[in-house]
Amino acid sequence: MIFRETSQNINIYKNMCYFICYYSIHILNSFFLLRLSPSKHSSPPRISCFLLEMAAQEVASQPSDTLATLKTESETLKTKLEEERAKLHDVELHQVAEKTEALGQFVMKTRRTLKGHGNKVLCMDWCKDKRRIVSSSQDGKVIVWDAFTTNKEHAVTMPCTWVMACAYAPSGCAVACGGLDNKCSVYPLSLDKNENLAAKKKSVAMHTNYLSACCFTNSDMQILTSSGDGTCALWDVESGQMLQSFHGHAADVLCLDLAPSETGNTFVSGGCDKKACVWDMRTGQCAQSFETHESDINSVRYYPSGDAFASGSDDATVSLFPSCIFFKWRLLFGGYNDYTINVWDVLKGTRVSILFGHENRVSTLRVSPDGTAFCSGSWDHTLRIWA
Amino acid sequence: KTLRHFYYQMMLQMQDPSTGVKGTDQKLNITIIPHVITGQDIVAWITKNMNIDNDEAQAFGTMLVAFGYIYPLQDHKKLVLRPDGSLNRFQTPYFWPVQKWKAEDTDYGIYLAKRNIRKKGVLDAYEQEEYNKLHKWMNHKWDFIVMQAKEQYHAGKARQKADRVVFDCQERAYWIVHRPPPQTHSAMDYGLDRHIDPNVEEIIYTQQAVMRSRVKSSVSLGALAKYITTFKNHDPFLIPCLPSNPWHTDDDSYWELNAPDVEIPTKMRVERWSFSFYELLNDPRGRADFKIFLKKEFSGENLAFWEAAEELKWGTAASMSEKAEQIFKTFLAPGAPRWINIDGRTMGLTVKGLEHPHRYVLDGAQTHIFMLMKKDTFYRYLKSPVYKEIQKKAISPAQLQQNMRNRRPSIDPIITWQKEQEEKAKAAAAAGPVDIKKLMASKLDRK
Repeated sequence: MIFRETSQNINIYKNMCYFICYYSIHILNSFFLLRLSPSKHSSPPRISCFLLEMAAQEVASQPSDTLATLKTESETLKTKLEEERAKLHDVELHQVAEKTEALGQFVMKTRRTLKGHGNKVLCMDWCKDKRRIVSSSQDGKVIVWDAFTTNKEHAVTMPCTWVMACAYAPSGCAVACGGLDNKCSVYPLSLDKNENLAAKKKSVAMHTNYLSACCFTNSDMQILTSSGDGTCALWDVESGQMLQSFHGHAADVLCLDLAPSETGNTFVSGGCDKKACVWDMRTGQCAQSFETHESDINSVRYYPSGDAFASGSDDATVSLFPSCIFFKWRLLFGGYNDYTINVWDVLKGTRVSILFGHENRVSTLRVSPDGTAFCSGSWDHTLRIWA
Repeated sequence: KTLRHFYYQMMLQMQDPSTGVKGTDQKLNITIIPHVITGQDIVAWITKNMNIDNDEAQAFGTMLVAFGYIYPLQDHKKLVLRPDGSLNRFQTPYFWPVQKWKAEDTDYGIYLAKRNIRKKGVLDAYEQEEYNKLHKWMNHKWDFIVMQAKEQYHAGKARQKADRVVFDCQERAYWIVHRPPPQTHSAMDYGLDRHIDPNVEEIIYTQQAVMRSRVKSSVSLGALAKYITTFKNHDPFLIPCLPSNPWHTDDDSYWELNAPDVEIPTKMRVERWSFSFYELLNDPRGRADFKIFLKKEFSGENLAFWEAAEELKWGTAASMSEKAEQIFKTFLAPGAPRWINIDGRTMGLTVKGLEHPHRYVLDGAQTHIFMLMKKDTFYRYLKSPVYKEIQKKAISPAQLQQNMRNRRPSIDPIITWQKEQEEKAKAAAAAGPVDIKKLMASKLDRK
């Protein structure tokens, strides 16, 4: 048991030590890959055009031809693909953004510092009321705060350490969390502050490895989870039944995000196999797959329009990498291992601001539902609200 | 189904004692295997009985091997039929490919574990890799798998040697087909690691990529730029929100004024409803205003149906059938009180699907109704007196400059939720069909 936990810890540390600083914004149904790298000069980056799509159709296998014929067929198809791409690539993002004004001076400060966790803060989520948050930490504690008043409203001690995932239910009446216990549990919150929340705990998801992320769908009744066992799954909260499982990643799945579309039927996941996959929740099929990173993908976030998503990864050799990202309209926020938060202008591809304040790596970051502030959680045991 | 039936008939005929392929007893290592057939005999039989030429017969024979109806005894990892004296056998029907029973990872795990128990180190490199992978994925089931493997191993030992050898060959052949070794093609390639030749896989990938519909960059990037511009004034990070950002001034009026159930919304909020149908529906206050408009148009059933379908989709598994029935009675049944107007085909498919309801059974109908509202009703709403009125009524709070130092607590979300549920129940009761008996009873009471 001890051995198992240690090897899992190593895995988690390995996954968190990233060395890349690329954000890629994948625009679905198109070819664009917008790379944002925090170079000192922050000049508009090159927009690279890559093939990003793969339809998930079953193709009947055929007896293999000779290697030579296969290779030539492959080459001809690739050339055809390049031609198709070139035809469609009629503008660059900076051309489209030329007419847009640059952003003015950008000032953001820490407005609240939430102290109370005894160890690294690993995850946080906002409540729909725009002021409450839930946060989870390595010490096994999950705390619900009213961030506006900085009061702690609820606290739960999990039976495991490293609570890597937590989420607030859409109704505001429950929270979900999990981590090294390989489970995702739902705790209904109570109006009685003295009530022991652990008594009403519901074990919903069961994976065969650590829980890396969890997220409620449009209701309190379903939870989407991703795990170190390489799968994602959709669960019915009331019965604990698995409604759908999503197989396709070849290694640990580190992050997921639900699409904010009106139909709300898809989500994106990113994993240690360098792939970001877009899934259809109804069928369990991978609708699109993106393999443009060169290392583990730590964070994926949908754009509010639902047409694009961003992924943060630890690709390269620069010792500056984002471990968490969040999108909101024109701005993209990234928490880095050098303890800062970088703010990017999505349209111009430039960095707008660097925010200092945390005394250790920033592990989680989310903008509030109405966009008035964002919250960052860090290994320095605190959460900060910025506005 | 007909294809499988065809193969079944073919197999019967091929194994017919008088007119089928002639089998003999052959010695394999030290055991005698019965009913062994040679490749050339198979090809000859197919040529004669299917009336095709030799090459086609060989191709067809290879297909039978690829599907696992016939298996080679020598060089068993290559699923091809060699038109020579090579030895083959008919696979037992138990191991024929059947649609209903896919070769599960659990069974494969048991098979590999069993072989490991029998003799360590007997697994091939690719099998050992699969074994390790399965051990990792199915860790929680591993005790069960080892137990099953041991049971099967002991059961096998109890058989006669010849039978055991034959069964082992059959089972081995089955797994070669369903979990092909690298560089082997079987007709049953499926599973987490598809063993397609990587070159073929790349071709398939590229083919599909070429065929995929896509838009010009000017269109997709243009859409992104437009979206950003639309929301420019609504981004509190870029333009100060009125009266103030609560986090700056410690004053939560902004949240009070934008509460989900507020009576008079702000001008910014009302403007946002016009950006897209999704924005309107997503805002509870916007949806409420839209409902007022629909009531005036007597077309409230569309939104009601959409909401009911959402509740079905996101509801608990236990409530599925009850909700589906309720929806059918209220919106879809002929003469239903809130009958929705959808095309005959969608209605037919939906009603049929409701015989075995699942959470996505209303998808077709829901999308149809949603598109109808999005493309038509929404735009009429924006031009309607209802919307114009709320635009006029909407307030524009003055900007607050100073820090109010008023970090007051808010109502617990649980209480807000309970209130919302009560309102919903009241509204549902008001909209539902009137119970005449109750109505009469209350009238009598008052008398």
